[in-house]
Formats: sequence, structure tokens, C-alpha cells
Amino acid sequence: MLGRRLEIICAGFGGQGVMLMGQLLAYAGMRCGLQVTWMPSYGPEQRGGTANCTVVISEGDIASPIVARPHVAVVMNPPSFEKFEPRVMPHGVLLVNSSMVGDLSERTDIDVFYIPAVEVAGSLGDEHTANMVMAGALLSATGALPLEAVVEEMGHNISGSKTHLIEPNRRALRAGYGLIPADTRHPLYFKVAAS
Amino acid sequence: MIAKPLHERVLMKGNEALAEAALKAGCRAFFGYPITPASEIATYMARRMPQEGGVFLQPESEIAAVSMAFGAAGTGTRAMTATSSPGISLMSECISYLAGAEVPCVLVNVMRVGPGLGGIQPSQADYLQATRGLGHGDFHVIVLAPATLQEMVDFTFDAFELSERYRNPVLILADGVLGQMMEPVVFHRQIDPAELSEPEWATTGATGRRKRVIFSLYLDPERLEVHNRHLQCKYESIRAREPRFKTYDLEGARMLVVAYGTSARVAYHAIELAEREHVPVGLFRPQTLYPFPYAALRSVIQEHAIEHVLTVELSAGQLVEDVRLALEGRCPVSVFGRTGGEVPAPLEVLEAIAERMEEVRGGLVY
Repeated sequence: MLGRRLEIICAGFGGQGVMLMGQLLAYAGMRCGLQVTWMPSYGPEQRGGTANCTVVISEGDIASPIVARPHVAVVMNPPSFEKFEPRVMPHGVLLVNSSMVGDLSERTDIDVFYIPAVEVAGSLGDEHTANMVMAGALLSATGALPLEAVVEEMGHNISGSKTHLIEPNRRALRAGYGLIPADTRHPLYFKVAAS
Repeated sequence: MIAKPLHERVLMKGNEALAEAALKAGCRAFFGYPITPASEIATYMARRMPQEGGVFLQPESEIAAVSMAFGAAGTGTRAMTATSSPGISLMSECISYLAGAEVPCVLVNVMRVGPGLGGIQPSQADYLQATRGLGHGDFHVIVLAPATLQEMVDFTFDAFELSERYRNPVLILADGVLGQMMEPVVFHRQIDPAELSEPEWATTGATGRRKRVIFSLYLDPERLEVHNRHLQCKYESIRAREPRFKTYDLEGARMLVVAYGTSARVAYHAIELAEREHVPVGLFRPQTLYPFPYAALRSVIQEHAIEHVLTVELSAGQLVEDVRLALEGRCPVSVFGRTGGEVPAPLEVLEAIAERMEEVRGGLVY
């Protein structure tokens, strides 16, 4: 049996860090003892073009890494909103980077969170960490993985000349997590031992 | 970039996992020309191969790449080249030479969509090329079809061993999804190439011994027929010993899906969804495409009284040819194929399964 699983699509402009956001979730999921897959859209993508990745986190083996209708979508820019807002599964979660996406979702069958990710990241000192603000909000709104597991994972995945970026990214992640009101926070989706 | 640890789950891209596996299997010569979606294999080798003391070279074309691999493999070194579909077409002349000269070599095709330059999205449309027409002449290569990144790793080890056991090229047939996606893998083994014994045919310098010559040219028809017969005997023993497959959810199945690689993953998800709707369907997944597990598929059909077989493939209907050969008309067979680089999601495959199942239940298929 395939077991309980969570399917997430992260989408945005190339350069907004959506691939990295997805990879971070995959790494952290693996370290929590779960099965994970990460599948990028690949093509003639470049900075400014659109990019997305699909992350599946599961208690059991993952058969298909290909997902048409995700449980969760993070949209960082208008084209991604247009493409993925209609695809989120009923009862799913949509996280919108409201700093760049002006549209409001008309769907009533999903939970939508509007996150001013660029402003929040900017107020912390680096707009480039907007992706981590969104990732933090995702953890809080979906319970996909324990916040501390992802905070910890960041230390494993940023290395060499980039270690100075670990702390700003961690701050952004925590700030994003805190943006979701405590009463709408989702309990942990999987039974995992927090690292 | 450093060597990946043994016995530990590591999250890697398929292409990189395959490259690391090749290094751990003792590959010390890699030649490759970059092409999406296979390029990361060459990129990874460019960084890691020098650390292992081997040779990485990016030549001017795929023809040169495979020819260099031929030369390196001729010294008994574990050698590999990797590309994507159009690159394999370019390599085909030399692949035939490798087969004719009986030089073990590992080839990788991370398939993209064709024909022609086609596109860069995933595909399985090189099935017939890989299993029947990889070059001129009467020959076959062993074709391994991984469906998970762990199999990308394990089959790479197997590929080197099979290629040496049979003195025959082995092709790992992956696709753009398997090359590009990430999934945890474990490296269970590491082979020190210094501990591999030198094959008795390897051209390593004839000082102090009789010379050895590697060739595929026989101008004497009598000798060439003997050579061809020898090759055919070898293929027969490969067909007898090496077919591999996996089955899933056969219990109570009335319908069977046959799929390999990425298609098998999507199909398996669809089958799990189908079970929730009480649609009795199982999955047969060939892991070797040459030799195709004909006998195994036939006995699954008979044992479970399967009433319909559906192939799910990223091609217009290629795998289905082997399925038909296996079944010899015992059971109706149909195809669900996507082309153009489109990869179906599980729900789409589920619809195709449900549609066929309705026909089976309604007796329409007969």
C-alpha cells in the first residue's frame, strides 16, 4: 500500500527559489524517516521564466512522482497562480505570495493563505528569502513537517561559501511560520519524530 | 562535490545517483557529450571522476564519445557513456561494433521525446530501437529498465557485471523523469577496480605475451557465420537466464497493466486508486526489456485468468509489441500511450483502466 501522502507543488519565476524550497522540504522529509520525491519542471527555464517542482512526502513508497492535482500549492507569481490555483485538490491548501500576486482566489473548497512574502523577507533584511517565508507558512498551514526539522535541515544543505546565508534563511522560515494565526495552524500531517 | 557515503540514505537526482553508482561500481572511464535530460551524468562525472583517478572526457560528439568508450573498454577498464535519445542514434554504428567485437561497455539512454530533435521532455519512444534496432547486424544489447532511483543505482552495478559476464554492451534505459527527479538512494557496495581481474582479451600492451586483437571485421563468410552463431548462442543464454520483472496486486486481478520505468510508477499509483474503487487490476513491470520476460508474463496471464492487458507507455505503442509476442493471442491487448513529452498523471491512467475494465465486464472486448 502506498500509505498517507502529501503532494506539494511550488511554482514561481526562475530565481525566486522555488526549486530550492521544494528540495529543502524533500531533504527534511527524508531526514524525518519519510519517503520523498522531488520532480522539477525542466525545460528552457531561466531567471525570469516560470519554474515549478513537485514534492511528494509519504509514509509509504511513492509510486508516481507526477502529480496533476496537488494537495498543496505555493504560488510565487501571477502565471503560477493562474496555472495552479484551479488544480489544488478540494480541501487542499493554496499559499499565495501576495507581494507579487494581486488576484484573490474565488475557490471556497480550499484554504487560501495570502502571504506578503517579499515585504516580510525585506523587513528581515533580505528579500531573497521570500521563498523561505513561504516555506515557513506552508509548514504551519499544512503541518507537512515539523518546523524545527526544516530549520535543522537548512544547516545540512547550505555549505561552503554560503554558510552565512543559513541564519537569515532560518529567520525567514520562522517568520513565515509565525504568519499563520495559531488557530488555523494545521496539526502535524505525519507521525514523525521531530529531530 | 565528494563521494557519497555507503549504507546511508542520500537524496539525489537520478542522473547523479547513476553516475555515483558507476564510480562505486569501479567505472574509471567516462566519455559524454551533454544533452538534456542526461547532462547531469556528464557534469557529475566531470567533477567526481578525477577524484577517483579515472578519465572524464567531453569529446566533440556522441560518435566520438562511444568510440572512446569502446577504446577504453577494450583495455578491460569499466567504461561508460551516457546520452539522451538523439545521441543514441548517433552512437548506433559504434554500438554495433561493440557488440560485434564483444566488448563489455555500459551505455545509458535517458530518453527524451522524438522523432528528430523532438523535444527535451520525458519519453519511452526508444523502446523498439533499444530492444531491436540499436545498430546494423544481428545483435542485441541487454536492456535494463529502472523504475526507481534505487534501481538506477543497483542496475548500474548489474550493468557492469552483466556486460562483463556476457562480453556484451548493456544499455540502461531510463527517461527524463528518472534522470531529473530526486529520491533517496542507498549505495550498498563499492568496488575497487584494482581488485577486478584483467580479462583475458584486454588489450593492455603485449609485452611478454602474445598479442590480443579486438575487431569486428571478418571478410571470410564462413568464419563470420561461425562468429554470428556464437553471438546467437550467447543471446539465447541471456534470454534463458536474465529476464527480470516484478508483479504487483495480482490477487484477484481480471485485468493486467504492463509498464516499465516512469510509466510503471504512474500506473502503480493508478492501480492503487483503482483498488479503492474495487477495480481488480494488477501490474507487471519488466525490469529487463531485452531479454523481455515473455514466459513470466505468459504464466501470469494464465495463472490469474487475465481477461485484458493494457500497456501504459510514453510512446504510441512499442512495449505492446513485446506483450503481444508474449501472449500469442491468448488475451486482448490494448495501449494507453502518451507522446510529445506528455507524462500522464495517475488519474488519467485510472480513467483508461476503468474504461477498459467496463469493456471487460460488459464483454465488449471479445
